[in-house]
Amino acid sequence: MTHTVIDVRNAVKQYGAGQSAIFALADVSIQIESGEYVAIMGPSGSGKSTLMNIMGALDNLTSGEYFLDGIEISSMDEDALSIVRGRKIGFIFQSFNLIPRTTAIANVELPLAYQGIKSAERKMRATKALEVVGLADRMDHEPTELSGGQQQRVAVARALATRPSLLLADEPTGALDSKSTHDLLDLFDQINAAGRTVVVITHENDVADRAKRIIRMRDGKIISDEINAKKAS
Amino acid sequence: MNLLEIIRFALRGLTINRMRTGLTTLGIMIGVMSVIILIAVGNGSAKQVQSSLDRLGTNSIQIRSGARGFGGGGFQSASRRNSASSAKQLTIADTKALMNPIDAADIKQVSPIMNANSTCVNGSSTSTPSTFSGVWPTYFEAANTKVVKGSYFNDDDVTQGRRVAVIGNTTATELFGSDNPVGQTVKCGGIPFTIIGTTEVKGSSGFQDGDSLFIAPITAIQNSITGYVGLSSIIVEAKSSKVTDAAQTEIQTILDARHGVTNANSRDYQTFNQASLLTTSASNSKVFTVLLGAVAAISLLVGGIGITNIMLVTVVERTREIGIRKAIGAPKRIILAQFLIEATILSLVGGLMGVLGGFIGSQFTILGVKPAIVPMSVFLAFGVSILIGVFFGGYPASRAASLRPIEALRHE
Repeated sequence: MTHTVIDVRNAVKQYGAGQSAIFALADVSIQIESGEYVAIMGPSGSGKSTLMNIMGALDNLTSGEYFLDGIEISSMDEDALSIVRGRKIGFIFQSFNLIPRTTAIANVELPLAYQGIKSAERKMRATKALEVVGLADRMDHEPTELSGGQQQRVAVARALATRPSLLLADEPTGALDSKSTHDLLDLFDQINAAGRTVVVITHENDVADRAKRIIRMRDGKIISDEINAKKAS
Repeated sequence: MNLLEIIRFALRGLTINRMRTGLTTLGIMIGVMSVIILIAVGNGSAKQVQSSLDRLGTNSIQIRSGARGFGGGGFQSASRRNSASSAKQLTIADTKALMNPIDAADIKQVSPIMNANSTCVNGSSTSTPSTFSGVWPTYFEAANTKVVKGSYFNDDDVTQGRRVAVIGNTTATELFGSDNPVGQTVKCGGIPFTIIGTTEVKGSSGFQDGDSLFIAPITAIQNSITGYVGLSSIIVEAKSSKVTDAAQTEIQTILDARHGVTNANSRDYQTFNQASLLTTSASNSKVFTVLLGAVAAISLLVGGIGITNIMLVTVVERTREIGIRKAIGAPKRIILAQFLIEATILSLVGGLMGVLGGFIGSQFTILGVKPAIVPMSVFLAFGVSILIGVFFGGYPASRAASLRPIEALRHE
């Protein structure tokens, strides 16, 4: 039984005003059902990152509506938004965005701490998440002591620790070598197989090939939205 | 998320850049410390002036011969000097006239003072007392000078012109070392005097050593050293410190009549009222304290600007981190609380260290002044430093925490 997780309607995101106005999103509508694995592709400047930030409740729309699990995001206040960001969404950035000079496990524990989860349970869940991404032996390392692939896996563990239903990844493999990319994509397959909705932004075809549905964007518009034939079963 | 956890976050934030944390704390510490110490020095010097005036006795009035503005240059004082040359000197008769229970009802007692400069010799030891005076026995009470060893001289000694003397501690040490001076004889200006007593230690008041003292019956000094010239001054003790002004008016009325003075500006003598001197010097030292306080306040302000600057830099530098924290679900109030607690810890630790430093620094004598801590200044300095830290740490943090996560994340 699936339901609509992401429902973006007539989304417009405008930067600047008047003559110099730039439309990062020009009337985009998109629906994503629970359990889907979606890749959003497009050249830089196509608006895919903007769309991702909107979906992750990190940015707001100039006009249009965004329903996450049936709830309109723009009507939420600051506190409600922080709960949505913390519990419903796991966000993975291209540049990892780990807190500097803080150990891997402390980074993974952080979103749990903000949810008010007690130290003992936090530690247990963070350890488990790090085990899933294969970094159980690197828990006490700070970001600078980890490779790019390892840092990204810590970021994935951080996103997973809160057990979100939606995993958003903005060019997660952009800064990784091919081995790390492969490992990370395997991880995403696993996460999706467990029933979580995964949305990945990428401009690499082999990354997009892992997804079940591929959306292509250009100039702030969706130009194609199709089922990935290789994955369709 | 409980407070303890936020405090732990804040502490972690502070330990990330130890050098900066340390320097900021140092800035606050110096600010608070200097406020406390400088105000303590101002207060200490005020107390010192007060106590040295207290030693002189607040009831006493001094009368000196000569017109006002003595020693000044220019045309005006030259004309005054002319009038002073025709002026009458203070005499024993003037002194006795002041002992009138009707016309001088507020005067308790008087003593003439005959000052001299003389060097005293005891064997190979010499001493030149800064105060070498011939007086009546009433002087001791009027000038608040007490004999602690031996005895005072009496009216009979004055009448007989006996060469006896009471000396101060400095003079005693210079002449006799650690020996008991009472009963010994010294030669001053070639004249032998028998020491009959030593005075209580007064300590130094400003430039003058209050214990470099040689007091003898006025008749003995006049007979052997100065001759029968006009008096140096007359000391008057009012009945209480409340009536010193009234006593001063009575003195002026009596002396004006005796000296034929018709105009208060052409008096050939001056009166010095200890009570009014006290008021003047008290207000002087208040100005001094305010001045020091202002200097200290500036240093606290500079310390405060230092905190502000560091807090701004810290928050700007960590805007990206704030963005990450918001993106993974940190509520605004927790981010704000973390930065506020960081600022509070910085200013609290710096402030406490400053208070400690202030208390330690005030134990030492600074520029000859024993600092006396004003409790108000401690609270003020401490309170201001915390307010500055919290306000200027909180304001930029609240600005950063209000950003949309994506804006904060884009910040480089």
